[in-house]
Amino acid sequence: MTAPMDVPSSAPEAQPGAVLTGAGGSIQGRSLRQIAWLRLKRDRVAMAGGVVVAVLVLAALAAGVLDKLFGLIPTTAFNQDLIDPDLQIPKGAFGGISLAHPLGIEPTSGRDLLARIFAGSWISLLIAFLATMLSVVIGTLMGVVAGYFGGWVDTLISRLMDVFLAFPLLVFALALAGVVPDNAFGLSGDVLRIALLIFIIGFFNWPYIGRIIRGQTLSLREREFVDAAKSLGARQPYILFRELLPNLAAPILVYSTLLIPTNILFEAALSFLGVGVRPPTPTWGGMLSDAAHYYQIDPEFMLVPGLAIFVTVLAFNLFGDGLRDALDPRAR
Amino acid sequence: MRRKPLVAAVAVTAALTMGLSACGGGTGGSSSTTAAAFNAGVGKVFNPSDAKGGTIRIANSGDWDSLDPADTYYAYSWNFVRLYGRSLVMFASAPGADGAKLVPDLAESLGVPSDNAKTWTYKLRKGVKYEDGSAVTAKDVKYAVERSLDKDTYPNGPTYFNDFLDLQGYTSPYKDSDPNKLGLKAIDTPDDQTIVFHLLKPFSGFDYFAQLPATIPVPQAKDTGTKYKEHVVATGPYKFESNNLGKNFTLVRNDQWDPKTDPNRKALPDKYEVSLNVNADDIDNRLISGDLDVDIAGSGVQPAAQGRVLGDQALKANADSATVARIWYTSINGDVAPLDNVHCRRAVEYATDKVGYQNAYGGPTGGEIATNLLPPVIPGAEKFNQYPAGPDNKGDVAKAKEELQQCGQPNGFTTNIAYRSERPKEKASAEALQQSLAKAGITLNIKPFPTGDYFKLYAGKPDYAKSNGLGLMLNGWGADWPDGFGFLSQIVDSRVIRASGGNTNLSVKDPAVDALVDKALSTTDTAAREKTWVDVDKKVMDDAYVLPGVWAKGLLYRPKNLTNVFVTDGFQMYDYLALGTTRK
Repeated sequence: MTAPMDVPSSAPEAQPGAVLTGAGGSIQGRSLRQIAWLRLKRDRVAMAGGVVVAVLVLAALAAGVLDKLFGLIPTTAFNQDLIDPDLQIPKGAFGGISLAHPLGIEPTSGRDLLARIFAGSWISLLIAFLATMLSVVIGTLMGVVAGYFGGWVDTLISRLMDVFLAFPLLVFALALAGVVPDNAFGLSGDVLRIALLIFIIGFFNWPYIGRIIRGQTLSLREREFVDAAKSLGARQPYILFRELLPNLAAPILVYSTLLIPTNILFEAALSFLGVGVRPPTPTWGGMLSDAAHYYQIDPEFMLVPGLAIFVTVLAFNLFGDGLRDALDPRAR
Repeated sequence: MRRKPLVAAVAVTAALTMGLSACGGGTGGSSSTTAAAFNAGVGKVFNPSDAKGGTIRIANSGDWDSLDPADTYYAYSWNFVRLYGRSLVMFASAPGADGAKLVPDLAESLGVPSDNAKTWTYKLRKGVKYEDGSAVTAKDVKYAVERSLDKDTYPNGPTYFNDFLDLQGYTSPYKDSDPNKLGLKAIDTPDDQTIVFHLLKPFSGFDYFAQLPATIPVPQAKDTGTKYKEHVVATGPYKFESNNLGKNFTLVRNDQWDPKTDPNRKALPDKYEVSLNVNADDIDNRLISGDLDVDIAGSGVQPAAQGRVLGDQALKANADSATVARIWYTSINGDVAPLDNVHCRRAVEYATDKVGYQNAYGGPTGGEIATNLLPPVIPGAEKFNQYPAGPDNKGDVAKAKEELQQCGQPNGFTTNIAYRSERPKEKASAEALQQSLAKAGITLNIKPFPTGDYFKLYAGKPDYAKSNGLGLMLNGWGADWPDGFGFLSQIVDSRVIRASGGNTNLSVKDPAVDALVDKALSTTDTAAREKTWVDVDKKVMDDAYVLPGVWAKGLLYRPKNLTNVFVTDGFQMYDYLALGTTRK
């Protein structure tokens, strides 16, 4: 049976030109994966993005462990002695930057911004990753089924996607987050809010990836290796998941990487509008929302979470673009 | 900055941002100063002058709710309306505490009560005329009150007359079968100079109703309903020259106003120019540069300008910080265990970091730490502190733990704290309370609720608050006028709590408090009445149903051209009736 990603000789979509340019002097067999990695390595911008992403993910994981398991990050400790009592903004220049507080402190409460950004990265990235996974799972499943079976199944799923795409998502998210009680589905507190955000963001974003997968499947199902599998008597689940799905790995990977930054922004927007995780748990969007009230007298406070979101989204986008170029040279 | 709320949801009164008021207070009305200094306009007259002439330039960051006296419910508007209209009674144009005293305006004297304060009689001054020269009669005052009852036509105004007059089904002069449209039985006008009000129940503070703009006379022949606000017929020293709704208007001298009939008004400037819908930060910048004389809202400068003013000694010398008749506080819900035990409530009182609460509202500039309900700016109010929060006001954990022991919760307990999600200061307060109560072992879970439905569906709905375990609920209250009735009745009387929601009293349920309120309502002696309101305050604090936070303050900027500048406790902002200008 075929597994085109792994076996270059049987890869029907391998580009001879690309293989040749990728190889140096000696003609040596290379898998598509190796070729893609070579291309990616040569793309410095994408690699820089990738490194930043890796650092952020590690930092977020560390923050999650340190904050959630051991409570070691002082996200809620007040430092009101560092606040100017008349103006309620940090004493000193640039939002109260000091050795003890390298990114400065919050106005009024004096909470350490580095600690809150650090702890906030955990929530923001966790929600973005899980929501992306949810979208990708639903979108891939629906896309493959719609593309492969066609006919009324395709029509039904495609119209469903249209319905979801036409949905006023932000309004719905605000309404839903407002009516869900504090204890629901056996969850409560922050866990429930995070689960709710993941559901809202993930469940309503799947049609984007669903459409792409459907399009890819439409072209793949006419390929010879699918016909071969059929004629050998393979059943439909086998064809779907063992024949088609591996060939869809590249677009899935690429669009996941591009969906994550969108979801980070969306989570920030929801937190900014006050339907995210409840205080005092920090999130980047929530910090930005707090900072909006101080932007005239303490702009530093807005700069910190703003930059955090900016750098993260940019890094993911650069890395995702590079990944797409590497995996799918035709898109160049 | 927070918009001034214009809330008329509750029957008897509405929370409205009164401006600012004297924090020094006691210096008396006669003193004055010409030296620029911080708080030079608090409790005394800054830059006194009798020089007439010039134009005062005023800006409003929003639109006026209405210039029609029947349809306006902002403190700044009640302050300003005295320039073109004369109500039966008014707040004296005097600095500090004297400005919270009522003086007769259109009437010859304050109201005369009879029938156990159920009937109030006023005699009108002779010789008062409208801008067209016709005489003002008692019937015009009656007609003005009648039209203010029509909330379909004039939805903005207060509903005190609707609630207290013996209406007998009367709704509006526009639906009145009487040919003169004077069919209301609750008001008699035996002659052109006498007006008698008949109330449903005794009410000792009726003079405060008589100062409402709704008693400014309106000639029935000139009443154009909702269009009357375009040209209100003046009885005061100024009349409308032009009025472009939503943009600007100007007032010029009313030559029919006779100073001999009016001991209260100096009428110094020749003209007032008012611009509407001006950017709030722009207003502050122009005040500081001297291109503008008055920010009409009177609620203080924006945060950006506050930083500038407080950071610069020269600018700070032109600023006044004044206490408002408004308190930010937290309701402690006795319906939620273990807060049904007074000792657990008292533990919360002791454990609270008062400085943290104050910081959430902007530190000492934003307000003074409150130790009881009645703000010191209210006449007769007493400051007392039943729950001292330690030597530095940051919470007395030992005392709190003692109370927890008596409550049977020695290790503390867990409850929820509710706040309005669109209010960053309440969020900061909730986080500060969470921090300080944790030291005594009391764990708070913070729960935001939408501001619009906070009182209707969540905190203000008793069964919701109970079933969702909202033990603490952030709250705030401002009085329509500085007086115990206006301030306390809606937040401590348990009989105003409705099961359907929309309550502002979230927690105080004590029959002893209700009895004291009734006693105050029927006491006509002012000193005794003020004492009774203090007793109400003390009883509520003893029950520990209320955790006082901050008595609000605002930072006002005094532009360089103005003369006769002072903060009046009546409106707790600059007195707009007294201002003069050196800019000719």
